[in-house]
Amino acid sequence: MRLDEVEDVEIRLLLEGVQQIYGYDFRDYAAASIKRRLSHWLAESEFATFSQAQARLLRDRGVFESLLRGITVNVTEMFRDPAFFRAVREQVAPFLKTYPFVKIWHAGCATGEEAYSMAILLNEAGMAGRYRIYATDINETVLQKAGEGVMAIKEMQRFTHNYQKAGGTASFADYYTARYDRAILSAALKKDIVFAPHNLAVDGEFGEMNMVLCRNVMIYFKPALKERCLRLFDSSLLPGGFLCLGLKETLERRKMGERYAELLSPLRIYRKRYG
Amino acid sequence: MARNFQAVVIGVSTGGVYALQTLLGQLPADFSLPILIVQHIGPEAGSGLAKLLDERCALRVKEADEQDEILPGTVYLAPPNYHLLVERGGFLALSADPHVSFARPSVDVLFESAAAVFGPHLIGVVLTGANFDGSRGLKTIKQKGGVAIVQDPADAAARQMPLAAMAATAVDYVLALDGMAALLQKLAPGRTAMSHKGRGAR
Ligand SMILES: C[S@@+](CC[C@H](N)C(=O)[O-])C[C@H]1O[C@@H](n2cnc3c(N)ncnc32)[C@H](O)[C@@H]1O
Repeated sequence: MRLDEVEDVEIRLLLEGVQQIYGYDFRDYAAASIKRRLSHWLAESEFATFSQAQARLLRDRGVFESLLRGITVNVTEMFRDPAFFRAVREQVAPFLKTYPFVKIWHAGCATGEEAYSMAILLNEAGMAGRYRIYATDINETVLQKAGEGVMAIKEMQRFTHNYQKAGGTASFADYYTARYDRAILSAALKKDIVFAPHNLAVDGEFGEMNMVLCRNVMIYFKPALKERCLRLFDSSLLPGGFLCLGLKETLERRKMGERYAELLSPLRIYRKRYG
Repeated sequence: MARNFQAVVIGVSTGGVYALQTLLGQLPADFSLPILIVQHIGPEAGSGLAKLLDERCALRVKEADEQDEILPGTVYLAPPNYHLLVERGGFLALSADPHVSFARPSVDVLFESAAAVFGPHLIGVVLTGANFDGSRGLKTIKQKGGVAIVQDPADAAARQMPLAAMAATAVDYVLALDGMAALLQKLAPGRTAMSHKGRGAR
């Protein structure tokens, strides 16, 4: 057996153990990325091989938590892909405004930047108080951070730039208070967002959503897990609801695709058909 | 040297548009290997480069989509702002993980994941560029028994990336851009039955 194949076997055994002991299932994640992250984690750890790590990992929750942080990479930003948010502002918000109240689900929200961006956008569209955002993630550490709504001040320049490119015209600085090296988001943005743990590999649907966003999460999944997620989103969405994927993710070649119309072609905004 | 190669990976940065046009432009439509490319590019560059190369080359060139099947005689470009990786079973994967070697897409990420899957059946090519990305990946390719090709620094618009690659590992071929298509054809197994241009969705 080649060394690579040995390592693949070790990784599979490790992930199986993790699933059995801790209930987190990473066996359906695309292998190349997860291998990269695990190798990175291993290099930083005290263990020489995955087999060596396995024994401690299955007994010591602390070791598992560090592995979990290593596996779930949480890079995100406010108004990531400004063209996408501009399209939501200009072409999706007008539909949402026709409802008395809308519910939105961000699946895989990481540290919350995407959800806060949406809150800003909806408030500016005159929908304050008429929406609730459910923002979920598998990783409770990032959820806690998301709930605090505190960001590094050095990020704000980039986020402001994104906001403006996404069609924002207000003063972005009004949305946070600067304190030392931190930017504390205003309470008006937080009050209609609920952050909650949810694992797309095992947990169930969220009912009656008008919009579901799952961006840059499923690219890490194998096809079967991707299908599971799409079914989950489909059963969560009301007819006429919107499904938003990452810029390199598509419903093309998917069974579910027939029930959706692509609203804006390169931006991966889909609308669920009626009936 | 019958090595039964299965893929070519190329890493290129500064000066890449011209280099890729030259190299890919000299390959015939029935070139038998898939070619996976990381060209460093800004996060908002769009997919214009793939379209331009597709128009000017006999080979089919496309920007990689998640889960694309890796087909012979097809060129896949990493999309701006995503890493491009190879999955076992002949598929591509994308990732939005943090920058590696200060880049996303990163040449090292592509080379290392391709080396893990293709082992000795891989050809790695480092072209012009003003940074160090790709040298670690080329070393990995060599360690797994693959072949390493580097553009002659004297021929490169920016020589840093070729030099870094040559410093990192014992490179098999150092040559100017102009000879490279001929070398790849010599290394590649027999030609495919047909051109892949115009095949598949988009
Ligand atoms: C790259 S971030 C995407 C953040 C945000 N949606 C964006 O596009 O900027 C991916 C997130 O997916 C989460 N994730 C990974 N596997 C998950 C799963 N099985 N269930 C729920 N979330 C998951 C990770 O913890 C991480 O926070």
